[in-house]
Amino acid sequence: MPLYILKRFIMMIVTVLIIATLTFVLMRAIPGSPFDEERTSNPTIQANLEKFYKLDQPMPIQYLNYLKSIVTFDYGPSIKKPNESVNTLLARGFPISFELGMATIIVAVISGIILGTFAALRHNGIIDYGAMTFAVVGISIPNFVLATLLIQQVAVNWHLLPPATWSSPKHMILPIIALATGPTAIIARLTRASMLEVLTQDYIKMARAKGLSPFRIVARHALRNALMPVVTIMGTMLAGILTGTFVIEKIFAIPGMGKYFVESINNRDYPVIMGSTVFYSAFLVFMLFLVDIVYGFLDPRIKLHKKEGEV
Amino acid sequence: MDVIGQQLANASRLENAPAIKEHQPGSGIATEENRKQKKTISQEIMLSVRDLEVSFKTFGGEVQAIRGVSFDLYKGETLAVVGESGCGKSVTANTIMGLIPQPPGRIRNGEVLFKNRDLTKLNKKALREIQGVDISMIFQDPMTALNPTLKIGEQLMEGLRTHHKVSRAEAKRKAVEMLNLVGISNPEERLKQYPHQFSGGMRQRIVIAIALICEPELLIADEPTTALDVTIQAQILELFDEIQRKTGVGIILITHDLGVVAKIADRIAVMYAGKIIEIGNKREIFYDPQHPYTQGLLNSVPRLDLQEEELKPIEGTPPDLFAPPEGCPFAARCPFAMEVCERVYPATTELTTQHTVDCWLQDPRAKAVLS
Repeated sequence: MPLYILKRFIMMIVTVLIIATLTFVLMRAIPGSPFDEERTSNPTIQANLEKFYKLDQPMPIQYLNYLKSIVTFDYGPSIKKPNESVNTLLARGFPISFELGMATIIVAVISGIILGTFAALRHNGIIDYGAMTFAVVGISIPNFVLATLLIQQVAVNWHLLPPATWSSPKHMILPIIALATGPTAIIARLTRASMLEVLTQDYIKMARAKGLSPFRIVARHALRNALMPVVTIMGTMLAGILTGTFVIEKIFAIPGMGKYFVESINNRDYPVIMGSTVFYSAFLVFMLFLVDIVYGFLDPRIKLHKKEGEV
Repeated sequence: MDVIGQQLANASRLENAPAIKEHQPGSGIATEENRKQKKTISQEIMLSVRDLEVSFKTFGGEVQAIRGVSFDLYKGETLAVVGESGCGKSVTANTIMGLIPQPPGRIRNGEVLFKNRDLTKLNKKALREIQGVDISMIFQDPMTALNPTLKIGEQLMEGLRTHHKVSRAEAKRKAVEMLNLVGISNPEERLKQYPHQFSGGMRQRIVIAIALICEPELLIADEPTTALDVTIQAQILELFDEIQRKTGVGIILITHDLGVVAKIADRIAVMYAGKIIEIGNKREIFYDPQHPYTQGLLNSVPRLDLQEEELKPIEGTPPDLFAPPEGCPFAARCPFAMEVCERVYPATTELTTQHTVDCWLQDPRAKAVLS
């Protein structure tokens, strides 16, 4: 196990490094520079600015500087907001995005699994049809459409919940609903399909032959086996939700990372782009690693520290 | 294949053995000479199935899987139910066990009497008090019958702890005892392992241990050796025999393998198209089969003691149970079929106290024609 974790850790670093390099190359390849909007025709000022941000140096040197900033976790100040460093932006924005993202995934996983399980248990019944109708609708409606709908109806017309910002638990409900509906629907469908399959397995029949209660059969024998596909999709879903927060944050005026991220790309604010990309990719890679660990716990047949074929 | 032949050969050798008592109801015929303990079969009926009819709704209509099955099981005996796939033997087992999903399944008629209660009329909760406690079931494929994500110790103790509310330590002690009984060495360690760490034969032993942990009176084994290697099959069958000797459990053995039957059954019920067409003790079925289908089944098994070139399969296929024939379902394949066979189902003829057969050939008029 420790060897496996070490291996995975090295792979994680390599992955993040590749993402960082790609981001670097891509950002420099697209036309434009951070100073395009500043109408300074004075070439001296321009040169001074570039010198200050070390943009006058040759690309390989810039790349090395960039790598150094990743390792030291010091991306320097933002170009657009010179009095704020990338770290302070991350420290201010990321916790809010993280809160929204995590709340969303927890809501989606719990409600998706419950919905999917009940749909499977009442296969072809009213609950099943209801849940699956919800799932189709949930997958089909983009979260930004749902977000505006929710604001219009729940907040503006009915005055039930505040329409925007992120200041109390009440404010969190609408954004979480908007962001979690899609993933909930996907998880519900997956859970239902895999639950239906598990329920036909011999070991479920055997559990019934033991005279166990239906609740115990589902909770103890079926669910754990049925959750494997859900765990598999969790990794990519996390990425989707975390980037999905950018749009939702914008609609609900939530002061998370989304705003900085989008602005930084529009402005070619290199330090912010680099810093947040590396941070997000590192975070995601780590979450994927956690998903793999959970896999091993759910199914004892999956041996994390052994190579394939060794069994 | 060889094993089947061997067993039949064994059985035939025994026919000449003088020690066998004749005409003792439900008497077990020893398949091995070196039996340590004598098997005790009382004449007390523990399970009585009467006129059972079960059908399943499908898109194509209603399949009449069982069409009036009746039999009794005596305490401590092994009744084998044999027949081709689709003849209703597994449905019979599942109905007794209360495992028929309703819908699509439906018990149209009949009763399953166990301890003066009709199991088909019990509600789910009352049924759960019997499942796993009084009646246990062993499934065909040990590779899929165990939950891959739970330690076998938990799977063993679960039934016991649900029904008898014993302490964890007590349950563990019992689990170890059961693993010892089914011949798994190092049980303390093994309890902590997962099913994938066991071989197929070992897993079937564990399935048997799980079935026996609440000390049931009746064990229903649905093709318990079909998924196993022949060498392991023999071991598992001996285990059944040994367990029956030790615990006196009654066994209903569902199988299509006559070799298995020859080894451990006391009585044999032959099923065809949802009916028991012949039932009798092992000797009667093997040496004096009356129904042409039973004869066909026995002829289609390879034998070492006869110099025969080819096996004789039964020509044709079983009837469609969506619309079962009015008369004898075997008529279309039967070499002795008469006109009446296709029109009217034959009455049950009692040949001895235990041996009955449903066949028109038993009718005195038919006998006259044949001779």
